[in-house]
Amino acid sequence: MFEIFGIPSAALFGQLLIGLINGSFYALLSLGLAVIFGMLNIINFSHGAQYMMGAFTAYLILQYSGLGYWPALIIAPIIVGFTGIIVERVFLQRLYKLDHLYGLLLTFGLALIFEGVARNYFGSAGLPYTVPESLRGGQNLGFMFLPNYRAWVIAASLVICIGTWFVIERTRLGAYLRAATENPTLVRAFGINVPRMITLTYGFGVALAAFAGVMAAPIYNVSPQMGSELIIVVFAVVVIGGMGSILGAIVTGFGLGVIEGLTKVFFPEASNTVIFVIMAIVLLVRPAGLFGRRA
Amino acid sequence: MLDQRAPLLAVMDLQAWYGESHILHGVTFDVHEGEVVTLLGRNGAGKTTTLKSIMGIVGHRTGSVRFEGDELIACTSNQIARAGIAFCPEERGVFSSLNVEENLLLPPVIKPGGLPLDRIFDLFPNLKERLGSSQGTKLSGGEQQMLAIGRILRTGARLLLLDEPTEGLAPVIIQQIGKTIRALKEQGFTILLVEQNFRFASTVADRYYVMEHGRIIDQFANAELDANVEKLHDYLGV
Repeated sequence: MFEIFGIPSAALFGQLLIGLINGSFYALLSLGLAVIFGMLNIINFSHGAQYMMGAFTAYLILQYSGLGYWPALIIAPIIVGFTGIIVERVFLQRLYKLDHLYGLLLTFGLALIFEGVARNYFGSAGLPYTVPESLRGGQNLGFMFLPNYRAWVIAASLVICIGTWFVIERTRLGAYLRAATENPTLVRAFGINVPRMITLTYGFGVALAAFAGVMAAPIYNVSPQMGSELIIVVFAVVVIGGMGSILGAIVTGFGLGVIEGLTKVFFPEASNTVIFVIMAIVLLVRPAGLFGRRA
Repeated sequence: MLDQRAPLLAVMDLQAWYGESHILHGVTFDVHEGEVVTLLGRNGAGKTTTLKSIMGIVGHRTGSVRFEGDELIACTSNQIARAGIAFCPEERGVFSSLNVEENLLLPPVIKPGGLPLDRIFDLFPNLKERLGSSQGTKLSGGEQQMLAIGRILRTGARLLLLDEPTEGLAPVIIQQIGKTIRALKEQGFTILLVEQNFRFASTVADRYYVMEHGRIIDQFANAELDANVEKLHDYLGV
């Protein structure tokens, strides 16, 4: 055991790890929000509820079909993503030409409904979901103990984030998405079915939230309010990174998780507010966010 | 007029609205395979709206747009593009979030017969040099116009709708665009061109339609241009 600035290394690295874990979820969720905002011009306030639905879907899959974590990690995002597609077709597609506020209010209302339904059926106490057998235990790294499941969460989040960034910034499909974000009318006039692309983009963003929800199930309680607790911070992350910026969402997601963890070590009183203080400063200095395109 | 074959594009009584405003009041004209046809008229006469209505990107439209015999009035713009019509907008529509190569390769190939990339680079040698350039919108105005035309030549579309391709460009670039349009015509493309500059149009067009207040008010062939110059000055207010 050694000390850094008078802090025992285990405490420091322990908080850094928690910060990275939180950052993994911030990044996954703000990535989905950024993708959705970029294509749909909708601030998806039901993102937290859809994250919660991912966790509950994993729980229900286990209860009713006995399928465990790994199948749920694939199936739950598909199911929840499909509900997103229905929401987009039935509601959101009517709002694209209106002010952002309408999409925000609608998705906020949907979030309240999703959470209310979950609370009605499952109560607010929270349900247990165990870590899969294959990821129990951990590694002693010498300076700290690293639980396997947490290492997996960080790695999976990084892979998904980098993969999504790659598809959007470096592939042909991504070029369609970026172009349609800028000028959907012209992209459609080139023969691309933009409305269908928008629907699938929303489904994908929602599926990302559900994927994060399944990954969160063994760490946090599966509870109806798990999303609304997290989503406020995630929105701060999105604002700091710059609305609609993919890279911004990923970098600020992980970065702010780590900053939050370090604040817990060095000045615990500020740990709940540090992200919002940073948000205020960023808004004053760079209103478009750190990675925003328009200043 | 003299051509007895069925036209490639036949527009009949086309009406179009943007929200509440009624812009086109029954536009009727046709374009034959291999022709370069120019729509002339003042600002606000409805030329751009005519192109956009053919492409299906106005608020609401009625009438008839037949392409290769198929009625397109009920189709969405992505279906119209897939039928074989390509559009180059007045504002050029080069995407700032895409690099030059991505911009060039953006429109999907809809049928065989499009120009291969090296033929497009023969027409626009500047584009080849700028391929590595980071952002499409960092190009000069002329290069952006070449990019906007070049990218729709790959797709296999046989009818090109070009909206004021010479607007705001230097004379030497305008000459290059004119040369390109004549080369495209030789290669069998059919072109519907919107122009304010009839001196430029006269170097490329086979026929002209003159528009005013959302209607076609006159038409003549290129050979009749000299006889119609007086009238044209009146129409265009130059």
